[in-house]
Amino acid sequence: MTRTWQAAPSVGHPMARVEGFDKVTGRARYAGDVALPGLAYGWVVPATIPRGRVLHLDVEAALAMPGVLAVLHQENAPRLTDIGEGTLFLFQGDRVPHWGAPVALVIADTPERAREAAERMRVDYLPEPPDCVFRADHPALYEPRFVNPHNETVTEKGDIDGALAAAAVVVDAEYRTPAQHNNAMEPHSTTAVWADGRLTLRTSTQYAYAWSQSLTRLFGFAPGTVRVLSEHVGGGFGNKGNPPRPDSALAVMAATLVGRPVRVTLTRPQLWPLTGYRTPTAQRLRLGADRDGRLVAVEHLAAVQTSRLVEFTEQVTMYSRPMYAAPHLRTGHQVVALDVPTPRWMRAPGEAPGSFGLESAMDELAEACGVDPVELRLRNDTADDPTTGLPFSSRRLADCLRVGADRFGWAGRDPRPAVGRDGRWWRGTGVAGAHYPARTVPSTAHATALPSGEFVVRVAATDIGTGARTALTQLAADALEVPATVVRVLIGDSDFGPAQGAGGSTGTASWSWPVVTACRDLAHRLASGEAVPPHGLTSTFDSTDAVRARHELARYAWGAHFAEVAVDVTTGEVRVPRLTGVYAVGRVVNPLTARSQLLGGMTMGLSTALLEESIMDGRFGDYVNHNLADYHVATNPDVGELDVAVVDDPDDELNPSGVKGLGEIGIVGVPAAIANAVWHATGVRQRELPITPARAAL
Amino acid sequence: MREFAYARARSVDAAVALVADNPGARYLGGGTNLVDLMKLGVERPDLLVDVTGLPMHEVTEDGDTLHVGALVRNSDLAAHPLVRERYPVLSQAVLAGASGQLRNVATTGGNLVQRTRCGYFTDATKPCNKRMPGSGCPAIEGEHHNLAILGASDHCVATHPSDLAVALAALDARVGVQDLAGPQEIPLADFYRPVGDRPDLELTVRDGALVTGVALPPLPAGARSAYRKVRERASYAFAIGSVAAVLKVDDGRVRDVRIALGAVASHPWRARVAERALVDAPATPPAFEAAAEAELAAARPLRDNAYKVPLIRNLVVAVLSELVGDR
Repeated sequence: MTRTWQAAPSVGHPMARVEGFDKVTGRARYAGDVALPGLAYGWVVPATIPRGRVLHLDVEAALAMPGVLAVLHQENAPRLTDIGEGTLFLFQGDRVPHWGAPVALVIADTPERAREAAERMRVDYLPEPPDCVFRADHPALYEPRFVNPHNETVTEKGDIDGALAAAAVVVDAEYRTPAQHNNAMEPHSTTAVWADGRLTLRTSTQYAYAWSQSLTRLFGFAPGTVRVLSEHVGGGFGNKGNPPRPDSALAVMAATLVGRPVRVTLTRPQLWPLTGYRTPTAQRLRLGADRDGRLVAVEHLAAVQTSRLVEFTEQVTMYSRPMYAAPHLRTGHQVVALDVPTPRWMRAPGEAPGSFGLESAMDELAEACGVDPVELRLRNDTADDPTTGLPFSSRRLADCLRVGADRFGWAGRDPRPAVGRDGRWWRGTGVAGAHYPARTVPSTAHATALPSGEFVVRVAATDIGTGARTALTQLAADALEVPATVVRVLIGDSDFGPAQGAGGSTGTASWSWPVVTACRDLAHRLASGEAVPPHGLTSTFDSTDAVRARHELARYAWGAHFAEVAVDVTTGEVRVPRLTGVYAVGRVVNPLTARSQLLGGMTMGLSTALLEESIMDGRFGDYVNHNLADYHVATNPDVGELDVAVVDDPDDELNPSGVKGLGEIGIVGVPAAIANAVWHATGVRQRELPITPARAAL
Repeated sequence: MREFAYARARSVDAAVALVADNPGARYLGGGTNLVDLMKLGVERPDLLVDVTGLPMHEVTEDGDTLHVGALVRNSDLAAHPLVRERYPVLSQAVLAGASGQLRNVATTGGNLVQRTRCGYFTDATKPCNKRMPGSGCPAIEGEHHNLAILGASDHCVATHPSDLAVALAALDARVGVQDLAGPQEIPLADFYRPVGDRPDLELTVRDGALVTGVALPPLPAGARSAYRKVRERASYAFAIGSVAAVLKVDDGRVRDVRIALGAVASHPWRARVAERALVDAPATPPAFEAAAEAELAAARPLRDNAYKVPLIRNLVVAVLSELVGDR
């Protein structure tokens, strides 16, 4: 592909986000904010056993309570089409799949009355012995047919066991990461309204178009029945992703049953069982190398959990497939189905936990070989994907490591552990590499010139706080060769046609293709004298064929993270005074919002390293720390100095805008960099996250 | 949420009269704990009696004693010049708790009677002997990494979440309360009941008694005080262990010492065993460590909270050593 983008006036400028004023003044309306006449409220009645059957629901008592309009349950719910998504197959039978699963929905005229009736509803169960606790040696672990989203479960190249047996240096270690919950600030909420034979959902989703299609199939509606709106979404981190969530299906059922608009909003504790989370992982790494640290063998195996409803296998060891050169390389996954809520996407699914395994093991290898950890990674750089043999569209890991080392002041580091004592603190530094796939997904967009001289661009994109709307505005303005002030980008409406969602760091890379192409086409038509009719002149582009026509290449964003830590000798408290992140992410459309994305990723990585852990009580099948007091997310004082830089990464093999996603790479490798720094500070390896005082205590 | 009645009390006597004989009534101060518990369905009062209009907002001197009204907000208490000058341990403890927004509304009296944050207590779908006597304690075999190591029972291993009260315990504070029998003042050490087999009964005062204030006696001349809190997150988190200490040293020997421990028991834990071991002992880290070990000999850690024993030991040594070395 030849370079199709040019330097232009809007792209590359730190434009403030276009909806920023609306958000800080409260004018922006989120899914649960919209006022509607006659709105009713649904409240979930959650299962309070982890496994068994519902014997009886005291519906009559609930119906007799003030304000209650109806109760939805297995006996009066509409029959659904099995679309292979068990979390949405609600009220279709009496099985309880996990703690907190909906067994009924109370619909009332106010949320308080719905909640009171729901919390008081008596439910009789026939409980069965549950199996809720994930273990690395669970007897029911098996190899699934594929891992997320549709990737090979196992890859194998060469002779791992032979290579390890012959290797001069071997690292063989196990690493564990806990379940984590995404915990976006905006509640998960859906409002369903029937009007004129169409159903409109206002919901907090990252995937407006895909949701409209899934819900249409689930309910057996005629194509085009469901419209999904998500103009503003207050954070997602994956768990407003695809497939749709239970609250959307429940709102549709309820609005259909009571014949008026219904809103279903989940509380913070309810999001734990109903919206997804990152699976716990158990990983085993075996690295073989020569005495200089050149890898001869990499084996990365992982075990994860899923629910009884859906086989959802986090692609943990995919991180090791393209990362470092090794003639013998094996990756694999196993999954176990338990009586637990269904795990889902969480920022950098696969790469975030997988990088903790490989980048920690690389640090152990550096120690074993006596090679500097940055140098070790440089020695194992590669021009081709070591698993597939495909060339990379660009690979700037070495640039990121070198620039990062320079910015961080890595040179001259004493490699010995536990030598940096400073009063009550042990001090140390650590490094980790990072990558994240640079994917582009077919999408459709429309660009319209209005008689007023303004332009409207429509694409079913979502801005979950990333700045995507602003970036698309800049890209559209440049393609139209007009100032950004005359371009309005409308997003968050499934009626705009097929489009990728905001996930997998694919958003801007995917949407920009049809946006830019449609805008260029429109500009060309206007330049060639085509008239603008009163309703506007529109160009539409569907990128499907163009995306599929690309060369087969390994496309990735790259990064390196450096961490300085201080560990309190008295208490085991770990502080991170400094993090440096350096990234190669293609072309940066907006340095302001890009930096915010990377800062946010690094902060979430820090939070993963030190704080976040969802704690399962296997007797209940419930994550019992299901609130923001007990599930710790980093606060401002946890975050020290964050240094972010990008290296030049022209990559013409991506999309017409040359952009790679950058929403996720900021989290990848940060936990390993911090854990490696804790080892450097204290001499104790941290192979399990989070590194709490109890684990770091000396 | 269940509907409830709301009344604004016009006097302490009127407030007490409304609540004393009504098990469904609760005093409303800052509401930072009670309102949360109502949202969670853990508290389901019929009547809230708002006491924030009562004249209990002042910090006043009475001879050597400092009186803190029950409605003095955490922020105001921590910032008060006399508190900062005379009782640094108290100011430090208050500022270590909650967040700025919460400290701006939370009250001194409410802080003392706040409930445990044990996750089984705050989740109305789970058994809990404190919330539902006789239903069992899932924490003992379940999630308890931040629960009690001292003074717990087979019925409950909850911890008291306060920072402020730990400092008050080290200061020998007295709690002013009023019930139908009239006002009284009782030592903080006697304000909380041992857990035993009735973890639902937390206080020694009668149901419906109103906390009216706290009295702080003077510290011995030359004594110093400090509070240190350990938490998993750098801010806005409950302690996993904390130490409040008052120490007076002469000629290298301990002349007066008071130590209170937080996040280890159902109430602020006064470390009397350690204190006795230190009287006239050399003010040195080995002596502090031996005293801490003596106190912690009574510790009965659970499966996942044994880390607290060395944590508290190290913390006691560190805080006392800093109080010695800082002069």
